Amino acid sequence: MTMDVGTFFLYLLVCAGVTYLIRTVPLLLIKHQIRNRFIRSLIYYIPFAVLTVMTIPAVLYSTDSMWSAIAGLVVALVLAYFNFSLLIVSLSACGTVLCAELLMRYVFHVL
Amino acid sequence: MEPSQNSFRKGVRDGIPICIGYLSVSFAFGVFAVGWGFNIWEAVLMSFTNVTSAGQLAAVPIMATGGSILELAATQLTINIRYALMSVSVSQKLDEKVSVWHRLLIGFAVTDEIFGVSSSQSGRLGTRYMLGLESTPILGWTVGTLLGAVAGNLLPHFIISALGIAIYGMFIAIVVPPAKKSLPVLGCVLTAAALGCLFRYVPGLNQVPSGYVIIIVGILSATLFAILCPRNDSDESAPSDGKEDLS
Repeated sequence: MTMDVGTFFLYLLVCAGVTYLIRTVPLLLIKHQIRNRFIRSLIYYIPFAVLTVMTIPAVLYSTDSMWSAIAGLVVALVLAYFNFSLLIVSLSACGTVLCAELLMRYVFHVL
Repeated sequence: MEPSQNSFRKGVRDGIPICIGYLSVSFAFGVFAVGWGFNIWEAVLMSFTNVTSAGQLAAVPIMATGGSILELAATQLTINIRYALMSVSVSQKLDEKVSVWHRLLIGFAVTDEIFGVSSSQSGRLGTRYMLGLESTPILGWTVGTLLGAVAGNLLPHFIISALGIAIYGMFIAIVVPPAKKSLPVLGCVLTAAALGCLFRYVPGLNQVPSGYVIIIVGILSATLFAILCPRNDSDESAPSDGKEDLS
């Protein structure tokens, strides 16, 4: 990555600034709950859509091999389905990727 | 009128579980950021000034690939707009005597979890309580990023490869349980996943920068389901990126 310090700080300012304003402006200006049903619904659904599109399909490319990523993804989906905590789901996915890649590297010699 | 509470010490105590939860998520962010070529101090500064998980994660590739300011700003607006709702709610919770300047300070770290804890308190809340509540989570978020960024530089490659999936594991743990309980949420998630694949694999569409994909897919899927399956006021009102199960 070739990001000079000036560019980094410009990006940082934009990022932190937008987020800060989103948090602060309502704290100063809005005295009543938002009643509009469509807006409330939209803001309810957005985090799910956003987290999903950030995960699928990027997760497949997050490790050294798509196969290890698929193994980790399946384990994460199953554990999440059974309501295991964030940390357990995440660490289990990491452990699965680790094992899968060790197998691929030293047993099957495909990595 | 319920009595207000304003103890810095109680705020700190209520914030510690959030702080502990943040350590692991921000550790994963630290690994992620240095993986994209960020310096350790850049990753840490990013966390300290933003205090947001999904927003920061989306920002890193945009910054690393030289994306436009507009793309970055619009991405943050889309991903973090939920905080506006939470701030509206926190605003009703604050003691009316809390000044504008203090509100400007408190607004810095209204996260899903801070919102969750503050809304569960009885009575109005003062500046000292809120700043106490926010202090340790900010610390945990920043220190966790530092640890992750350092680990990302030190650990052998095969460990880093395995840690690469960590942040996605957390997102999956956030999304799957509500999608299991609610058909509209499941529909919204599947729609977003399908559109995400389209934008990755269809020639032409795969030229769209990552930030815009998040905005387009996020708003399309959410709008579709806000129209098809609008929520009732009686439904639980806190949208969340879900870390509250840690707090």
